[in-house]
Amino acid sequence: MNREFAIEARGLTKRFGDLVAVSQLDLDVPRGEIYGFLGPNGSGKSTTIRMLCGLLMPSDGEAVVLDTEVPGDARRLKPRIGYMTQKFSLFGDMTVHENLQFIADIYSYPRRERAARIQELLERYNLRDQQKQLAGTMSGGQKQRLALACAVLHHPELLLLDEPTSAVDPQSRRDFWAALFRLAEAGTTILVSTHYMDEAERCHRLAILDQGVKVADGTPSELQASTGMHVIEVIASDPYHAQVVISEIPEVASVTQLGVRLRVLIPDAHSEPTRTVDAALRSAGLDAQASLSSATLEDVFVAVTLQPGRRAA
Amino acid sequence: MKSLSRIFAILLKEVRQLRRDRLTFGMVVGLPVMQMLLFGYAINTDVRNLKTAVADQANTHLSRQFVTELAQTQVVDIVAGADSPRQLEALLRDGSISIGVFIPHDFDRRIVDRTRAATHLLVDGSDPTILGVANQLRAMPFGFDAGDTGPVAPQVIEVRPYYNPERRTPVNIVPGLMGVILTMTMILFTAVAIVRERERGNLELLINTPVSSAELMIGKVVPYILIGMLQLALILAVGRLLFDVPVRGSIVDLYLAAFAFIAANLALGLFISTAARTQFQAMQMTVFILLPSILLSGFMFPFEGMPLVAQWLGEVLPNTHFIRLTRGIMLRDASIADLYPDVGYLLGFALVAMTGAALRFTKRLD
Ligand SMILES: Nc1ncnc2c1ncn2[C@@H]1O[C@H](COP(=O)(O)OP(=O)(O)O)[C@@H](O)[C@H]1O
Ligand SMILES: [Mg+2]
Repeated sequence: MNREFAIEARGLTKRFGDLVAVSQLDLDVPRGEIYGFLGPNGSGKSTTIRMLCGLLMPSDGEAVVLDTEVPGDARRLKPRIGYMTQKFSLFGDMTVHENLQFIADIYSYPRRERAARIQELLERYNLRDQQKQLAGTMSGGQKQRLALACAVLHHPELLLLDEPTSAVDPQSRRDFWAALFRLAEAGTTILVSTHYMDEAERCHRLAILDQGVKVADGTPSELQASTGMHVIEVIASDPYHAQVVISEIPEVASVTQLGVRLRVLIPDAHSEPTRTVDAALRSAGLDAQASLSSATLEDVFVAVTLQPGRRAA
Repeated sequence: MKSLSRIFAILLKEVRQLRRDRLTFGMVVGLPVMQMLLFGYAINTDVRNLKTAVADQANTHLSRQFVTELAQTQVVDIVAGADSPRQLEALLRDGSISIGVFIPHDFDRRIVDRTRAATHLLVDGSDPTILGVANQLRAMPFGFDAGDTGPVAPQVIEVRPYYNPERRTPVNIVPGLMGVILTMTMILFTAVAIVRERERGNLELLINTPVSSAELMIGKVVPYILIGMLQLALILAVGRLLFDVPVRGSIVDLYLAAFAFIAANLALGLFISTAARTQFQAMQMTVFILLPSILLSGFMFPFEGMPLVAQWLGEVLPNTHFIRLTRGIMLRDASIADLYPDVGYLLGFALVAMTGAALRFTKRLD
């Protein structure tokens, strides 16, 4: 029963005492795609990933990962998934090569191909010069490449990556994503959590989490098309005052400042949103231009995480 | 086959990490040597040169001879004179002497009379060893040459210490000390083993690999068994070279006994490791085991002299059984077959603790 989805979850819930870290999560991750988890800190990304690989017992709901019930059959699942923890979890007091060797041993990688596989990974993830270096002494980007190399060493069908790029520079992030695309093209399903919008944009599909609840999911363009909001961009010489003025307009759902620009969200139901904003700015005597714009993922994120009361306005 | 490969992977990892961990490596070698020197030289129950003051109110030929003979025993070292019992008490109280000798003015008559004590020893009873020594002094025979005073009561009981005829403390202490040192290092090593990986985040990676709890436990324990054996050799060597402590029985038997003991302690350490949340907690729990292992195992106090409840508690501790084994093998030339209940207990303990640890250790984070 080779299903279409690598991960299927229904009503997945995790409670820590009174805190509901993940609430009633439904998830369908198609095979061979890069699926993103976008959400701020504490939104339940790590908790969800841990439940999916059997590290945490769900309080409620069920999940099937690679046709395997989790957490029931998690042990059978382990050899088929690769997991990159949010915090660096390889052995800092062992060298890069020793770490890779350890992973190869623990996954019982075929003995005759072991050395070649390690060389291949050192090459591909640009770690050849560091192979004798203690892992704990490497830079953030190098650690992250080593962690990815270790996670993919045994050719897993599914990769779970928990905020893999949170401690690395922009160039390393670009290289890292190039590596992910390569893995996806080779057929690996990848679930990656992030709080970077630009990374979320590169995913084939993503789910937006907020306080343990999935508030939206779909492809980036689907999400951008279905915010239910007009997006007005305002360029103002005094953005601070402009923001104060605009947020007093009753129709406005939210105003976000990005440098000298303001992104204003107004629900679809209102016609002529640009004129409303313009009028408010002019009557306040502010020098600013408002123009209709199309939604970015950032706008989507703001729109779907609005307080319910505000959204209805 | 795959299982063996995984155990080997864990084992190799432990060895590699151990090699780079200077502190632990130093503990492997430094701790046993330091403890041996400390205990061997500092703890000495054959007491000599106790500071003593004499208040000789008789000041006769006989009393002066008595004081001389007392000094010749070398048990006491007469550092001061005094006039009265009251003065002796003052010296005792401020700690400048451990024993006060009071000789009343009618000493000569009392020696002959024998219904009343001829001398009084004022002893610092706050130290049990000193009290014991003072009791020995009571039996001191005086070969007074003054013919008509007659011999002092002959010694009724003569003590002949078997197995340690010279009554040297290290010979008694080292076999027990071996158990104490191994308890300390072995439990500590494994007690922090899993907690440390939890703290460093390695555990989240490990439990996501196909390695099973049992494989993880075995892989972690085996290197330390070898280290324990190494420590044993070190202790024996120091004992032999510095304190001339014998191994009268078979060295192979001694190593077999040590193997069972080391396995028991490592398994106990692992069990602690699954219960503790932080390395600090693990160390606290280790101390919690270590203290009774020193006090109730027969190392410090004779086992038979302890209250029954303390004996029961002592009976549970691996060190109690190991000390019986080491004293038996090293000093009494016993064989391991003579002592099978103790070996059996240790092996059983290891098995139970190991199983407990593997069961307690779930491959989950919650
Ligand atoms: N082991 C735990 N015990 C108690 N609370 C936890 C635990 N793990 C996570 N949480 C809480 O659950 C919420 C979600 O955390 P997490 O899944 O780590 O979020 P994210 O990865 O999106 O930052 C947070 O409020 C966090 O404090
Ligand atoms: Mg997280």
